[in-house]
Amino acid sequence: MEISHTVNGEPHTTEVDGGALLVDHLRDDLGLTGAKVGCDTGQCGACVVRMNGRSVKSCLVLVAQTDGAEIETIEAGTELSPLQEAMVAEHATQCGFCTPGMVMALADLLEHEDDDPSEQQIRAWLTGNLCRCTGYHSVVRSVQRTAGSGKGAAT
Amino acid sequence: MNGQSFGSAMTAKEDPALVRGAAQYVADVSLPHMAHMALLGSPHAHAIVKDVDTSAAEAMPGVLKVLTGAELADQMMPLPCIWIPGGVESHFPPHPYGVPGARPVLATDRVRHVGDPVAAVVAETRRQAHAALAAVKVDYQPLPVVTTAKEALAEGAPRLHDAVPDNLNAYWTCGDREATDAAIASADVVVELDLVNQRTINSPMEPRAAVGAYDQTTGEYTLWTTSQSPHNHRFLLAGLVLGIPFTKLRVISPTIGGSFGTKGYLYPDMPLVLYLARELGRPVKWVDTRAGLMTSTVQGRDQVQHVTLAGTRDGRITALRATSYANLGGYPSTIGPGVATALMGRSITGMYAIPAAFCEVYAAFTNTVPLGAQRGSGRAEAMFALERIVDTYARRIGRDPADVRRQNLVPADAFPYDNGLGWTYDSGDYRAALDLALDKAGYPSVDAEKAAARARGKRLGVGIGAYVAICGVGPSTRMSQEGMLGGTWESANVRMHPTGDVTVTIGSASTGQSHETTFAQIVVDELGVDAGAVEVLHSDTLKAPYGQGTYGSRSFSVGGPAVHQAVLKIKDKIVTMAAHMFGVAKSDVVFDAGKVYPRGDGDNVKSVQDMAMALWYGWNLPPGLEPALDETVHFDPPDFNYPFGAHVAFVEIDEETGELDVVRYVAVNDSGTIGNPLVVDGQIEGSILHGLGQVLMEAAVYDDQGHLTSSNLLTYALPKATDAPFFELFRTVTPTPHNSLGAKGAGEIATVPVAAAVANAVCDAVADLGVRHVDMPITAEKLWRILNREEAGA
Repeated sequence: MEISHTVNGEPHTTEVDGGALLVDHLRDDLGLTGAKVGCDTGQCGACVVRMNGRSVKSCLVLVAQTDGAEIETIEAGTELSPLQEAMVAEHATQCGFCTPGMVMALADLLEHEDDDPSEQQIRAWLTGNLCRCTGYHSVVRSVQRTAGSGKGAAT
Repeated sequence: MNGQSFGSAMTAKEDPALVRGAAQYVADVSLPHMAHMALLGSPHAHAIVKDVDTSAAEAMPGVLKVLTGAELADQMMPLPCIWIPGGVESHFPPHPYGVPGARPVLATDRVRHVGDPVAAVVAETRRQAHAALAAVKVDYQPLPVVTTAKEALAEGAPRLHDAVPDNLNAYWTCGDREATDAAIASADVVVELDLVNQRTINSPMEPRAAVGAYDQTTGEYTLWTTSQSPHNHRFLLAGLVLGIPFTKLRVISPTIGGSFGTKGYLYPDMPLVLYLARELGRPVKWVDTRAGLMTSTVQGRDQVQHVTLAGTRDGRITALRATSYANLGGYPSTIGPGVATALMGRSITGMYAIPAAFCEVYAAFTNTVPLGAQRGSGRAEAMFALERIVDTYARRIGRDPADVRRQNLVPADAFPYDNGLGWTYDSGDYRAALDLALDKAGYPSVDAEKAAARARGKRLGVGIGAYVAICGVGPSTRMSQEGMLGGTWESANVRMHPTGDVTVTIGSASTGQSHETTFAQIVVDELGVDAGAVEVLHSDTLKAPYGQGTYGSRSFSVGGPAVHQAVLKIKDKIVTMAAHMFGVAKSDVVFDAGKVYPRGDGDNVKSVQDMAMALWYGWNLPPGLEPALDETVHFDPPDFNYPFGAHVAFVEIDEETGELDVVRYVAVNDSGTIGNPLVVDGQIEGSILHGLGQVLMEAAVYDDQGHLTSSNLLTYALPKATDAPFFELFRTVTPTPHNSLGAKGAGEIATVPVAAAVANAVCDAVADLGVRHVDMPITAEKLWRILNREEAGA
């Protein structure tokens, strides 16, 4: 079937296999390898991208479902966002494999849920993103640093 | 060594690319005309392979080749095991070619665990390759299955390898058996525990991957692989598996998505993609799935232990004895047998001066995935046993576990300290670390908190986990005595270019430890250059000199000193040249903040960049001095190093539901000199959560037919962001005398005491119910049963 969507602002019209996953399309067809594949079952969140602004696990989205949608991947920005800068400052990334998914998920949190989330909100939001390196604390601190309120800040 | 950069919390040079998703991992490598490989794993844990029919698969769309073990039999050797415990009763001849039980690259006549690879399919696309797997017809004749070490060693157990009687890979001992048994026999107090250190799955977020390429013109192979030891893997693959010239194999490990021990091993996919690339004349790529990882990649821990501690009624420990059954899985992995024996057994006395100690390990083959290292491997198993039995002893004699620990610590003036089991501790102030942890935890005053928690329907428990963790593998000769086939030194090359920019190449390989940052920091202060002027190259055998890789928390404490000594040689050469130019003695040249000048003549200043240019031109050199600034150092440490620390865990257990919350976690760690606290604290935080995973939720569960029932991330629980509060981190700093930086291991050490600290806290919380021990993982269900008296606990 033929679908049309935008990826990082670029319009694309694509002939797709009905079973094709968005993450495979992004990585294999468009060369956008920032979204990673860490599991086969939708747990790890390394593949999170944004679809119409909201974070989605691109391994759980068929390309066919993206007709008419705006897709945004980690490659979209040219400058580091305040969140990304905070993640560098807090060393919120070690191996970095889960990082793009976290950045996309947390951008959604800050833009659409709460621009000043509590520690509990941040941790709850992150349960869809698994990380084996950081223990998550530096990621939580990054969001707090971005929000800048100190609400639930580390002591 | 000190300065503006070294020891500072400089942000990681790697991180801007990582937060952009711009770093390239093996799965992101794409080459022109690349084909894709999929591996067919056995559905049986133990079976005879009677026949493999590839004809239907070969006819599937896009399929280029279906490879079986039969074709490979005279093409490549089995995967070698290079850590064979030394000086033991074992069945190993002294060369890895002949290791009984060594894994063939593809199974030929028998499979020994679920997922054991039987065939490889290469197709135009990954999807086509996976689709064709189902068309490979394998005629299996199932055999009886054994999944635990104890059962494998029992009479009449199914035998996995014809060459290995009784499935015993090694019986290994250390310490003084007679003195220990005598001390136990005559002791006032003897306590015993049966412990299960359950099998775990390391679970880096990046599954393994490999891309092989072959240049038919030059005969050169290139392997992109998720390896934490690219140089060592090059040596083993070229020389011992494929039989190709060392110079014709280049191994590249680009950005690696975590490892924690698993990616230091040889796996069948590595030689397969190289062989198939040559056979097909096309690059071949393989990327594992998460489900595949669960049976393709080494698993961790898995020791069943019986521990006996003897002591006086007033708290003096007189003897410790441990017997452990280690489950090696179906084949001896690259270094698996050594991990399960020496790293565990020689570590068993931890921080304590125990007059008599003995440890024995039975390492057995079973129909499970091969065993390897997991963050803190061996040491975590030892400290769990030790710290649980010390708590048990303290409770038996009615003493505070903290006081009993204090009473038995190796004193600060006793270093170097021979622990009687083969380790000589380098340096430490164990009392300072323990007291700092207890002080920060407010340890003496927790009784009021416990009462307050009880009023809220919660049982509060407090537990201590103290540890010593051997790191910095290691002195090569010493490792040879442990049975390691290979050098364990590290190398570094430092070049200062004519522009004053610096290239550092190192033999260790980052899997997320920010090598490019911390190694640069070693150079920045010594030479007085900007951090931005220093590039660190690693993980490509064409770019870096030799090296051994990243494991056993060795990169900074073995590779770091190599960099340090190389940069000191650069400095010395600059000073030699400057003395010649200034016409003064070397001792009268001042090297300060990137400048050299004659002592007392601050106007006659040359920058290091000026000196680099002068040495690059090579004009008017003093007699005997070579041009250029290019120094290589191979550093083989005189001994291991021994980081240590003490953790205090606070848990609350809901009396109605059994749910457990870790409400506070205080950790003191001592890694000697710290190169970058931002990086090290990140490692510590990750390490602690890794330990919490094991004690609270993780378990690789095999059914009685050897099927892994925890086979994906739905059924294998990894800690989430909601599973722990912020950790309260502190450190003491006791440099090691064994390297010029004073650095000890850091990357994995904080995992080591976590399980014991939490299990001790749980046992503290339910002590009044008569519970002496709760097996890991300590789930809400287990605790609910204990609270409801359905189980008395151990």
